[in-house]
Amino acid sequence: MSTPPKPNLTPAKASSNAAISVRNLRVKYGEREILHGINFEVPSGETMVILGGSGSGKSTLLRTLVGLEKPSSGEIWIQGKDFASISDEDRDQLRKKMGMSFQGGALFGSMTVGENVALPLREHTPLDESTIEIMVRLKLDQVGLSGFENYMPAQLSGGMKKRAAIARALAMDPEVLFFDEPSAGLDPIIAAGIDELILKLKKAFRITIVVVTHELASAFLIADRMIVLDKGVIVADDTSQNLQKSTQPRVRQFLDRVPEPELTGEIDYLQMLTGDIPPQRQ
Amino acid sequence: MPFTETVGAATIESLAYVGGLARLTGGAARAVFIAPFQGKKFHFGRAVHQAMSVGVEALPITSLISFFVGTILALNAAYELRKFGALHLVASAVAVSMTRELGPLMTAIVVIGRSGSAFAAEIGTMKVNEEIDAMETMALEPVPFLVAPKFLAMILMVPCLTCWADFMGVLGGGLFGVMTAGFTWGTYIQATLDSLMTHDILNGLLKAMMFGLVITAVGCQEGFATGLGSEQVGRSTTEAVVKSIFLVVMVDLIFTTLFYITAAH
Repeated sequence: MSTPPKPNLTPAKASSNAAISVRNLRVKYGEREILHGINFEVPSGETMVILGGSGSGKSTLLRTLVGLEKPSSGEIWIQGKDFASISDEDRDQLRKKMGMSFQGGALFGSMTVGENVALPLREHTPLDESTIEIMVRLKLDQVGLSGFENYMPAQLSGGMKKRAAIARALAMDPEVLFFDEPSAGLDPIIAAGIDELILKLKKAFRITIVVVTHELASAFLIADRMIVLDKGVIVADDTSQNLQKSTQPRVRQFLDRVPEPELTGEIDYLQMLTGDIPPQRQ
Repeated sequence: MPFTETVGAATIESLAYVGGLARLTGGAARAVFIAPFQGKKFHFGRAVHQAMSVGVEALPITSLISFFVGTILALNAAYELRKFGALHLVASAVAVSMTRELGPLMTAIVVIGRSGSAFAAEIGTMKVNEEIDAMETMALEPVPFLVAPKFLAMILMVPCLTCWADFMGVLGGGLFGVMTAGFTWGTYIQATLDSLMTHDILNGLLKAMMFGLVITAVGCQEGFATGLGSEQVGRSTTEAVVKSIFLVVMVDLIFTTLFYITAAH
């Protein structure tokens, strides 16, 4: 029987100003554990970047934070409520205070950009159409997409799609905003524009932001705090300044871009994903 | 794996699949018939849009196919009936076959090809593009938002299309009757009306409604079951068409048997 690695950080003590507090979070896909007891906190109004290589569990962590995956155990406190165990109704109420920007934008292809941004307002607020129209223009203006209300998502470039997705995530004036790989697949200039937008949002609205990325330059620019995930365990949780000086081997390998030996088979791949020790090597 | 285990596993899998369809249909029915009375929003505009796509846009192809099927039925019926000098019964044979069986069935097959596959492709693409996940993070439930409008459109439009298909089938049979069996249009229509009972039409429409329900559930379920990668959308679409045709024929068999038993008593 393989033994999952032990988390090296103790459960976070929930501080009063934490917008997000994750305690001893474990997530399984079937029998295989992907996250092995994650603990961290994101203070209100701060930007936390979750760094990690491919297969480190960072996307699973983000999906669990927004309720798309169910944890096998642990707690996720968001705005004072345990997201992992609240009722469906309470979860929906909490989700209205959260915004999520997906890696590919996830804009609804059958709706215009304006309709995409208007959707949560139409569904969750009693606002009349003219007010919604004004709100949509405001949100698109905030992300630099004024005048693109009537465009279809397919007519937008990659960077514009991400901006439109951010406008939709901002529609309900969220208190917490999640980003999945905001600058992935974009050229450096467009990626820098997205970073600038995230910084602008943080400064203007004091939103708590969680960003999952493996783009180092972007991460160090926007983060107040960073955690580094490796094989489903947090190997570092620190300010971005301190993290740059870290001597932790996996953090150094990641920051210094030292290549890993090539995987030789399925067992190695699963071990990379989960941190499990392959039985035949014990 | 031993034979019994294989059969057992396949049975459990099939029952689970049908259970999934029932759950999806129940969720959609709740969103259409109950939730609006509990103050929840129903997307009526989306249902109208779906109704246009499922019903109105399918009229030309349904008309053409039903017309030809009606003519084929008349030809086949006449082939046997003329041996007994009963060519005048062609109108009844076409009318009863179209309204009870072929009208609903041919309509269902057209709807499966046009709409069932489209439902699977639409929802499957949304799944691959993380749009379903995006809906969930926006506190929007996919079933009331995506499935319920399709459900309402299908249970209303498939019977309407079936009515039209019945009419076109009768016209197709009439063309043969008028051209070769000595009918006039007036006598053919009169013979059709004389041979039809209300329950023939109602049985056909009830079946059509059930077909609409099955096609919606299978198309949407296959869409939600789409795996990662765009090639999976193609797989879901194929599965939706194949499973829908099979289940529509099964439902047809069950209802026809029920009608037969109830009519015998």
